[in-house]
Amino acid sequence: MQFRLEPRGERAIFWVYASPALAIVLTIVTTMALFALMGAPPVKGIYTFLIAPLLGSAGISALALRATPLIMIGIGLALCYRANVWNIGADGQFTLGAIVGGGLALHFPNAPFFVLYPAVLLGGILGGMGWAAIVAVLKTRFNANEILTSLMLTYIAALLLVWLVTDPWRDPRGFGFPQSAMFSPNATTPIIIPGTTIDLGSLLAILLALALWQILGRSVLGFQLRVAGAAPRAARYAGFSNNRLIWIALMISGGLSGLAGIIEVTGPIGQLTTSVTPGYGFTAVIVAFLGRLQPIGVIFAGLLLALSYLGGDAAQIDLHLPNAVTGIFQGILLFYLLACDILILYRFKRLAPSPRPVATEALT
Amino acid sequence: MTTLEFTSFIVSIISASTPLLLAASGELVTEKSGVLNLGVEGMMLVGAIAGFATAHATGSAMLGVAAAALAGVAISMLFAVLTLSLLANQIATGLALTIFGHGFAALLGAGYVGIAAPTLPNLDIPGLSTLPVIGPIVFGQNILVYASLAILGTIAWFLRRSHYGLILRAVGDSHDAAHAIGYKVLAIRYAAIGFGGAMAGIAGAYLSLYYSPLWSQDLAAGRGWIALALVVFSAWRPLWLLIGAYLFGGITFLSLYLQGLGVPIPAPFVSALPYIGTVVVLVLISRDRRRIRLNQPACLGKSFHAVA
Repeated sequence: MQFRLEPRGERAIFWVYASPALAIVLTIVTTMALFALMGAPPVKGIYTFLIAPLLGSAGISALALRATPLIMIGIGLALCYRANVWNIGADGQFTLGAIVGGGLALHFPNAPFFVLYPAVLLGGILGGMGWAAIVAVLKTRFNANEILTSLMLTYIAALLLVWLVTDPWRDPRGFGFPQSAMFSPNATTPIIIPGTTIDLGSLLAILLALALWQILGRSVLGFQLRVAGAAPRAARYAGFSNNRLIWIALMISGGLSGLAGIIEVTGPIGQLTTSVTPGYGFTAVIVAFLGRLQPIGVIFAGLLLALSYLGGDAAQIDLHLPNAVTGIFQGILLFYLLACDILILYRFKRLAPSPRPVATEALT
Repeated sequence: MTTLEFTSFIVSIISASTPLLLAASGELVTEKSGVLNLGVEGMMLVGAIAGFATAHATGSAMLGVAAAALAGVAISMLFAVLTLSLLANQIATGLALTIFGHGFAALLGAGYVGIAAPTLPNLDIPGLSTLPVIGPIVFGQNILVYASLAILGTIAWFLRRSHYGLILRAVGDSHDAAHAIGYKVLAIRYAAIGFGGAMAGIAGAYLSLYYSPLWSQDLAAGRGWIALALVVFSAWRPLWLLIGAYLFGGITFLSLYLQGLGVPIPAPFVSALPYIGTVVVLVLISRDRRRIRLNQPACLGKSFHAVA
């Protein structure tokens, strides 16, 4: 039996939302098969990976901690990708946010909370924006591919952080460990639900997603970004400045990544260390796609991918599997998602069995 | 600089350049067919661990290289099915391939951390390899160095002079026209992607079996992405790919050399040189939009769906 892809001629809204669901189911089945291959019981494995980490209030706290940076970065990337701006260097912008905001926190430890903390957050946002601005300048002035420049800047940012915490910002009382001093309480992200570790960052992530949802859905700017991504030529004829949109997309996503970075170091980590991100900037790419490039979708996608981090740790402790299971789950999920997305624009059509060629007499 | 220093300088540049050249040569062919595969880094990592594991199990580094090439092809086919048969966005799928490759290689490699595997031997021709200067440079490299140059030469000839090379370029420049003439666009692109996968896999094996012969999950360290930048740098021309790869090998070596000399530049800055170099080079090359547009395969990154 053979199939052919036939264009639907329109976007199937049903599949826009059914595709992620199908992709998640397929990913779970594949992950179970993978568990079986690695000698772990598949049902217990998937339970340990996806359900057990959520049980209990500690699980919810841990989930919020992981989901916060993913959602913050993810909503920015979603906006970028909508506008066809391929920023994949969010990890670097995250790191720069941590560096600039963290630098302020380290140098003014005694400033009062109501001055210091907002300044630190602002520093984080500006740090991320600044790093993304390099990408924007190189793209708009010199036509340099933003995928490659943003990625190279990620490596550079990581090395910059290593230098800072091993040399100028190293904690003199840190026994020589490559890390900064702990931030003062006045530069620490406050917990908002007593008895948990859920902090202001999680609230901000949700509020920012809602705000961006409103802005994108209702403003002229949101419309311009969508048109620029979906039909660049139409956008040019309409007189939308492409360079302006590239700048806006990169500033918003850079700022959000930087904010995520400073919240990560002033919250869960509490200081600057040689590595402040386990690759949130890359996982957030999956979050953006799984969330259908929409802020609200990104919230749910962020929660699922946050769960995959917890699951990896749980699988390592309870099943003695390598915690690289997390990365492979994320990769498989994105593959399935991209494959299922074909159903949005195309349908599979069964080819009718071709009629048996009738023997014809040679023309004489 | 003494003769000995000069010799080791050249040898080190060559050995730092070769993985870039291998991976970039494969990507060049893929892109010439009109497909942009951003998954080079992921394919390199999978090749690196497949090569390492095979060499460890069989005791033969050459079998490791073969396994790495096969693994590269296998994983590139995931990308090919998605982008060619299922018409997925090439940029997103390439990113997916890199993310998946990272995870997959880390998973496969979890049991190999800190273990040694056989390494690729250097060529040793009695009488020739011991000659001063040219001995180590010309006759004393490992086999993949010679292979990388031979393959690049073959690619240059293939793309410019051969019938099939012309077809490949036609597919990359106008898939609709190539299809109308009767060429099998998808089959050709599958083959080009597979070749890119094999080369990235071999580049990975070069890293894990020769350049830094121990498995670590950060082994590729962005080399796959630098290879992608090199293809842009070369403006899709093989000779410039060679020049670019050796230039970058030179930068990588320079950073190691400066560290070795104890120059009072902090080590992280020195390590950042290749990445900074990549950005600078990209900027210099891309400024000239006309030149990029003239040389870039016209269908690069576009999906092809035959209407009839």
